[in-house]
Amino acid sequence: MSIWLARLSVDRWRRASTPEADSAPTALILETAHGPRITATNAAGLAAGARAGMLLADARALCPDLVAIPADPAGDLAALEKLALWAQRWGPWSALDPPDGLLVDVTGAAHLFGGEARLLKDVAAAFTQRSLTARAALAPTAGAAWALSHYGRGAAILAPEDDPLRLLADLPVAALRLDDDVLTALRRLGIKRLGELAGVSGAGEDDIAREAAARDALRRRFRNRHSPAANPLLRLDQLLGRVPEPLLPVIARPVPLVQRRLMEPLRHRDLLDRVVADLAADMVRALEARGEGARRLELALWRVDGEVLTRRIELAAASREAAHITRLFAQRLDDVDAGFGIEMVQLRASWSEPLHLDQADLDAAAEDHGTALAACIDRLSVRLGPRAVTRPVPRASHIPERAQGWQPPLAAVPPAQAALAFHTRPLKLLDRPEPIAVLHAAPDGVPQRFRWRGEVREVTRAQGPERIAPEWWRERSSTRLRDYYRIEDAAGRRYWIYRQGLIGDGRGGVPEWFLQGLYA
Amino acid sequence: MFSKPSPARVLSRPLPEPRWRPGLTAQPFHSEVFAPANEASGAGLALALARDALAASGEGEDARQVLWVQDRAAIRKGGRPCLAGLPPDLAHRLIHVAAATPEDALFALEEGLKCRDLACVIGEIAGNPRALSFTASRRLSLTAEKHGVRLWVVRLDAAPDLSSARMRWQARAAPSAPGRWDAAAPGPATWHAELFRARAHAPGQWSLSDDAGTLRLASEPDLDTAPDLVHLARPTVGRSLAARVHA
Repeated sequence: MSIWLARLSVDRWRRASTPEADSAPTALILETAHGPRITATNAAGLAAGARAGMLLADARALCPDLVAIPADPAGDLAALEKLALWAQRWGPWSALDPPDGLLVDVTGAAHLFGGEARLLKDVAAAFTQRSLTARAALAPTAGAAWALSHYGRGAAILAPEDDPLRLLADLPVAALRLDDDVLTALRRLGIKRLGELAGVSGAGEDDIAREAAARDALRRRFRNRHSPAANPLLRLDQLLGRVPEPLLPVIARPVPLVQRRLMEPLRHRDLLDRVVADLAADMVRALEARGEGARRLELALWRVDGEVLTRRIELAAASREAAHITRLFAQRLDDVDAGFGIEMVQLRASWSEPLHLDQADLDAAAEDHGTALAACIDRLSVRLGPRAVTRPVPRASHIPERAQGWQPPLAAVPPAQAALAFHTRPLKLLDRPEPIAVLHAAPDGVPQRFRWRGEVREVTRAQGPERIAPEWWRERSSTRLRDYYRIEDAAGRRYWIYRQGLIGDGRGGVPEWFLQGLYA
Repeated sequence: MFSKPSPARVLSRPLPEPRWRPGLTAQPFHSEVFAPANEASGAGLALALARDALAASGEGEDARQVLWVQDRAAIRKGGRPCLAGLPPDLAHRLIHVAAATPEDALFALEEGLKCRDLACVIGEIAGNPRALSFTASRRLSLTAEKHGVRLWVVRLDAAPDLSSARMRWQARAAPSAPGRWDAAAPGPATWHAELFRARAHAPGQWSLSDDAGTLRLASEPDLDTAPDLVHLARPTVGRSLAARVHA
């Protein structure tokens, strides 16, 4: 069975918006190299003249008040995946047919719904109830079902004893699931219908030799096309069931989930801690059975009045330690308002990664050894926030504040070119360069005396300038260059200062001085 | 059920030398460095001491991570560590924690000390926050000695209040030696360091410098600044609570 969700993206948008928004002409657009292009329109938009594939500017010329909404192809695909799983209610397995179709194997399953016609009626009712436009068709092969669902008229059931060539001969060659350039080639050859492709010689069934010769010519025309979508004869054979067509089924992969329904609603924190510890132990067993460790855990607390409170933690590395999980959640449960009580607690691992089983630590003094690095980072990020615990990594830039980025501590460090070793960089960089007032400068531009944080300092030694030009591929053309100096003042304090710009560079007035780094 | 002696006890067995010098193997697990906030001498000296201690413990190639905790005031006054300016053997194994408050910074320090996969922990806390009381520092000392992870706390612009740190330094930048190639350029990092409280060593003053990654004495200590008995006997702040009460 093939199901075509003809207007999936528009239906999804309509379900997310209001009815009055749907009454205005609306188009879903996608940014392309030539500007925004329409991928789908609603009914009002179609009536106004907008078609899929038009440029938005052209459609606006026809209908000036066309509303443009960005399309969401990734969301459509995700919705299609969920629909494919849901469609397994009609058959044991189903496959995706991107961008907007589903294939369900209903072999031997139709009698459960009272026959094939009743089955199709059930499909139509189910999709209508979810306000999705769908066309379904049944056929012995996936190709024939696809052709019927997309281009079929009237009865959408092809029984096994029917002759598919006779019933489908009127359909256009586009019903063969071919690429656009192949369709163009076929149109230039004058082949428009399936029947013409099957009986390409036009001589009918009586002249078998001529028919075979014509078919051979067509095969030679497409001899180096091995992909089914580019070879019309291969597609035709798939439609007729002469060659097999493997499909990739969709298989549901449930996330590990454990829950506790409580006989008495919980109102106290220590009881909740106990339940969370039990759930963590259950979750560890569930994860162990799958050979996985959790990266993200979501705890949902159902209150008696129907409110659902959720708490979520993310772990720096896949973990399967009940005590660790319990401890991390304990910090997040401080602000839980139990109200009249909590009647159900559920824990699910929405993100898990493979983690091999390993030998438990048999050493009695294991607790003396301290925690592992991943556990330590988890504890820090749960209390301080994930952005507080970071690792500095080099970035491809010459500007000092941009040459360094911060990333999660256990993520892989991206490869980077080694820095030039002859520059001495300061031990610490200020978050924001602080302006300094240069009171007296030597003739060559090196400051001799400056004021920073309210204190006047005499420069005794200086090295520079090291000129760092602005990154023209990133910044505006009016950005000024920087001349960096390493200086040491009379007390021995070493700083990294820079002058922003030159006199007469045409990018501003008198250059300003900043202090950016502190040397050890 | 046997209990392993804590690493602190194992490592601190050799007899302490009366006068501190770089490269000693028996180094305490909790030290404090007091430094002004508008120079990086405190962090520089703490890093140099940490690398000195790690090199002296002789573990060869060390791939463990280093945790560097700063509270918000310390970041605002002294900035964050700069990757290109860190010693090359530390740059790729630094984990930075930006804590909002001194309480969070102390929590991060303690969690870091409990972690067996860390080489050492460096903290920077500005001022004298109420959270960093004698009890808090005692907690840090005990945790560090129990788990055998060394801790250096840099106190920016802080008065030396009560603390249980085993070694307490007062650091400030000192004029550096002339560079080898350019006499007008700033030379290697040099600090004036005063050890004003230590369990195993006599107090004293040193001029220390960072010589291509090794901590060295920049010059021999002169006799004027050498410790004398009068200096030792002074019941200064930062000694025990009892001494302050009697004084």
